[in-house]
Amino acid sequence: MPEIKVTPLGAGQDVGRSCILVSIGGKNIMLDCGMHMGYNDERRFPDFSYIADGSLTEHLDCVIISHFHLDHCGALPFMTEMVGYSGPIYMTYPTKAIAPILLEDMRKVAVERKGESSTSFFTSQMVKECMKKVTAVNLHQTVQVDSEIEIKAYYAGHVLGAAMFHVRVGDQSVVYTGDYNMTPDRHLGAAWIDKCCPDLLITESTYATTIRDSKRCRERDILKKVHECVERGGKVLIPVFALGRAQELCILLESYWERTNLKVPVYFSLGLTEKANNYYKMFITWTNQKIKKTFVERNMFEFKHIKPFDKSYMENPGPMVVFASPGMLHAGLSLNIFKRWAPDEKNMLIMPGYCVVGTVGHKVLNGAKKVEFENPRTVVDVRMAVEYMSFSAHADAKGIMQLIQYCQPKNVMLVHGDAEKMVFLKSKIQQELSLDCFNPANGETCTIVTKPTIAADVSLSLLKRDLQPVAEIGDLRVKRRKLMHGVLIVKGNKVRVLDSDAACAELGVTRHEIRFTSTVTLEDPGPVSRTIDKLHTHLQKRLGITQHLGDGPINIGSVLLQVSGSDQEDLKEAIVSWTYQDDALGSYILNSIKNIDR
Amino acid sequence: MKFYALSGHPNKPCSVLRFKQCTIMLDCGLDETTMLNFLPLPLVPSRRLASLPTWTPKEQPQVEGELRECAGKVFIDSPPEFCPPQTSLIDFSEVDAILVSNYTSMLALPFIVAERGFRGTVYATEPTLHIGRLCMDELLYHMEQTPRAQHAQHWKRLLHLLPAPLCHAYKPKLWRQLYSADAIADAVRRVHTVGYGEKMDVFGALRVMPSSSGYCLGSANWTISSEYEKIVYVNGSSTLTTHPKQLEQAQLRGARVLILNGLTQVPSYNPDDMIGAFCAKVAHTLKGGGNVLVPCCPSGIVYDLIECLAPYLDQQSLSQVPLFFVSPVAEHSLAYSNILAEWLSHNKQVRVYLPEEPFPHGQLVAGGRLRPYKNLQADGFSAEFRQPCVVFAGHPSLRFGDTVHFMELWGGNAANAVIFTSPDFPYLECLAPYQPLAMNYYFTPIDTSLYFSQANKLIRDLKPQALLTPAQYASPVQRSECQLEADCPVLTYRRGDVLTLPVRRAHQRLQLSAELSERLSPVPVGPGVAAATVTGLLHVQDNRHRLDVAPTPASEAASLQELTEARPRYHTYGAVHVP
Repeated sequence: MPEIKVTPLGAGQDVGRSCILVSIGGKNIMLDCGMHMGYNDERRFPDFSYIADGSLTEHLDCVIISHFHLDHCGALPFMTEMVGYSGPIYMTYPTKAIAPILLEDMRKVAVERKGESSTSFFTSQMVKECMKKVTAVNLHQTVQVDSEIEIKAYYAGHVLGAAMFHVRVGDQSVVYTGDYNMTPDRHLGAAWIDKCCPDLLITESTYATTIRDSKRCRERDILKKVHECVERGGKVLIPVFALGRAQELCILLESYWERTNLKVPVYFSLGLTEKANNYYKMFITWTNQKIKKTFVERNMFEFKHIKPFDKSYMENPGPMVVFASPGMLHAGLSLNIFKRWAPDEKNMLIMPGYCVVGTVGHKVLNGAKKVEFENPRTVVDVRMAVEYMSFSAHADAKGIMQLIQYCQPKNVMLVHGDAEKMVFLKSKIQQELSLDCFNPANGETCTIVTKPTIAADVSLSLLKRDLQPVAEIGDLRVKRRKLMHGVLIVKGNKVRVLDSDAACAELGVTRHEIRFTSTVTLEDPGPVSRTIDKLHTHLQKRLGITQHLGDGPINIGSVLLQVSGSDQEDLKEAIVSWTYQDDALGSYILNSIKNIDR
Repeated sequence: MKFYALSGHPNKPCSVLRFKQCTIMLDCGLDETTMLNFLPLPLVPSRRLASLPTWTPKEQPQVEGELRECAGKVFIDSPPEFCPPQTSLIDFSEVDAILVSNYTSMLALPFIVAERGFRGTVYATEPTLHIGRLCMDELLYHMEQTPRAQHAQHWKRLLHLLPAPLCHAYKPKLWRQLYSADAIADAVRRVHTVGYGEKMDVFGALRVMPSSSGYCLGSANWTISSEYEKIVYVNGSSTLTTHPKQLEQAQLRGARVLILNGLTQVPSYNPDDMIGAFCAKVAHTLKGGGNVLVPCCPSGIVYDLIECLAPYLDQQSLSQVPLFFVSPVAEHSLAYSNILAEWLSHNKQVRVYLPEEPFPHGQLVAGGRLRPYKNLQADGFSAEFRQPCVVFAGHPSLRFGDTVHFMELWGGNAANAVIFTSPDFPYLECLAPYQPLAMNYYFTPIDTSLYFSQANKLIRDLKPQALLTPAQYASPVQRSECQLEADCPVLTYRRGDVLTLPVRRAHQRLQLSAELSERLSPVPVGPGVAAATVTGLLHVQDNRHRLDVAPTPASEAASLQELTEARPRYHTYGAVHVP
């Protein structure tokens, strides 16, 4: 039986470092190549030695990146330039544009601030070299990777350019969702996929147990809290990634400031802002309909109230709102601001997204009141209010179920989520949708058996014959039947279905005509014609034959029924004869006559 | 397979393909050359046009006032009319899909969609839809700027009495006035946007897929295929490197029939030379103190013209000369072109990753060099307008729109010039109702579509089994550089033709279910050949054929049908072995 093997090198019962290996139809495909933000050692990258020691090019047929978040693409330069991979890499156009910026940003944080040795981490040049190997794809474009692998991207919502990928090899297929969002937000549309019926759907399950309340409520909530905080003179820190959520929050705050006429300054950490907004402007076709329609008159990404941030503002007195990257408080400006503001209880921290284990963001969200730092060793008291806003654009449980129903997979696999939460969703999927569901841990291989179908070429003449009403039998017209009977011929890779005569002719085979004849002795005094009538009436009851002309033999298809003997004798001989082709009918009639008196 | 030619214009094609019970329309181009028979519609009443002598054929007073004469030629004094695709050949309610190859070949779409009973889906790329819509909106806007109460009709009945070229007009009774805003909205609503390489399914029977044709933003060639047959439709392709994404050939190879349309309309003009000549003529005129009018469409070549002209004028120390782009959709067109990274050539795409805008016109607008205006009454135009200047404006036929105004304004001064770059209209005919004319005129047509020699090379590369082209391309009276050559049979068509294409179906793809496949027991019947009896229940859904395990007839409750359908698992052949 053909099978699909899936091994997560990352994101198996975990969030972060997404990297999933799929073996399908003899091809090996890597889905995402992310890094883990929570680790500073070799655990941050997937264990590529699992695939092969040394160069990966001959072991992998292609790499697909779903979106630009670092937990999905962060290990790509390491893999291509340091481990060694020169095969094809696919991502969408916006991802190709934005990923190198985030990679470079992250590299700087890692190398310059953490003082990591440059040998263990990739360089700027490596990021550039890596991106040169990338082929950009458009939504719904069918890309032929080689003669057998076909991939197609679908809109995933989550961030600008995020995509789900449908991978097909022969008649086996897998859909990998990456991260996706089933509800449209202020700047992106909702994920969508057609009914492509893959053998396996590999879906993220970040919010496997959450059913999120309405978007409007959450927005009102966050705005109210921000407003209260700045009114009492507090400072609000919102750690964000430069692209994605940040833009949605900016649009939200901008319109609120406009509406309420607030004068409190709003800052966005400089650097990426301007560039990021430029990307959003140029890839506006990847945002939602409304932004797309109005972009000529008004660019949604030019903000009146939001100004660039400068480090010196950190010490400014008075209220302010600051967006700073990175989003998980694991390094950089957002962490610096946090250290400065955390001890003041007037201030507030809003975490608008998920934080991976090991980051400061994760600790603080779990209620840590003291956070320790190394280099230099300090302890920061966290007195500021900490709010978590489920703002990151992942599908919730309802959304995941909805996506499964959209694409109608035969099996489901959960990745990119917490193990306990997966268990809940897994049982829900098994019970409500009666689908097999898997949730392998990192390094654990799942084997999914697929049922192969055979594609054959059938001649139009056979197809037409078997779709036509067949000949009349007796007086009964057999309805338009859908039963096809023929010969399957396998020659090399070609599979054809021919009708029996054509097949015999082609194969040079002469068929034997076999005819069975059997005699049943009946005790039935009276004229022969009465016996025939009796048999006919009997068969009529059983089979629904309507008419019989004269005293001749009864013909039903190729079955021939005759009665011999003389009118005077009590015993009559009923002779039934049929061809091998009509064995079923012939045997049935014979049995039926044998048992005529029972 | 049948082919219906609804248009005779090789660059504004409209045809229909019928295959596997699907009806697919290929493009819906609008023949706009009919407009040249009409007088221009000025924005402000023109004393010159109003005083042109009327022309009346003998003893036909009802035509009085419909025709006017200018410099020895007769024109119809009425809003211009267009020649839509032929409607009598097919029933439009049967059209399942319309494949649009580029925005220059879709202007008849509102006419088609408005046909009774039309229910089809229109497939076009996103830029084709948007720019096509801009072009339609511009046409309509221009037409609505100059409303006329009366439409001349009587002349159509007296064609035989009219002078040339009017008497040769092709079926003017079929000509139509422009569609309404509602008709455009209806047409746009029918469009399903697709991307290059996106395979769309037509009722399970056929798959259609666009691939880049390199001609303009979002321009596409279409592949129409079933499992066994492939038809390739090429219209308006270019192998030159301009701003659009390059021509993709891989998808187009090995077709049963290659339908080839939209080759260059000006085979003796090289586009590179022409763009150089264009810049030189503009600079020359400006240096002489004159103004330059460039009649153009709101998208396409105008981007290249602006991109080349601005630095050229800088070199010639003419940086202070303003460039005006006057069109109701000018701003949209410029803004839109900068957000289409996926549809641009490699060089332009690289800029997006920097990130910089792919076209320089954003910078030119920001710097005040290029000034887009909706129309001549737009805020700020009068204040900003200073001469000498360069004006890009529509419509290229000089029959309506802002070009009419500039022709009337500048026509009397020999220092000014009008430079034609559109290959769609013969420039002398465009100018005819403005004669006598003092201003200079130049013809530097830029047509990036395939030359005949490039087309011949393409045909050799693609190796189709048959070629289908408009009759014009295969006519033996053409000069040798304007002839198509192919190793395969060449079929030709004219407007109104119905052709049977040499594609005959022999097979259908049948999917054997997993359960049925498991039950097959193939026996070897020769070297490398195996055969198995197969009996199954045939399901046909969405034109896809699937064979499943047939239910075994229950011996007791057997019906005649079940019994007659039951087939043995084996065929009897070979040596008979009787022990």
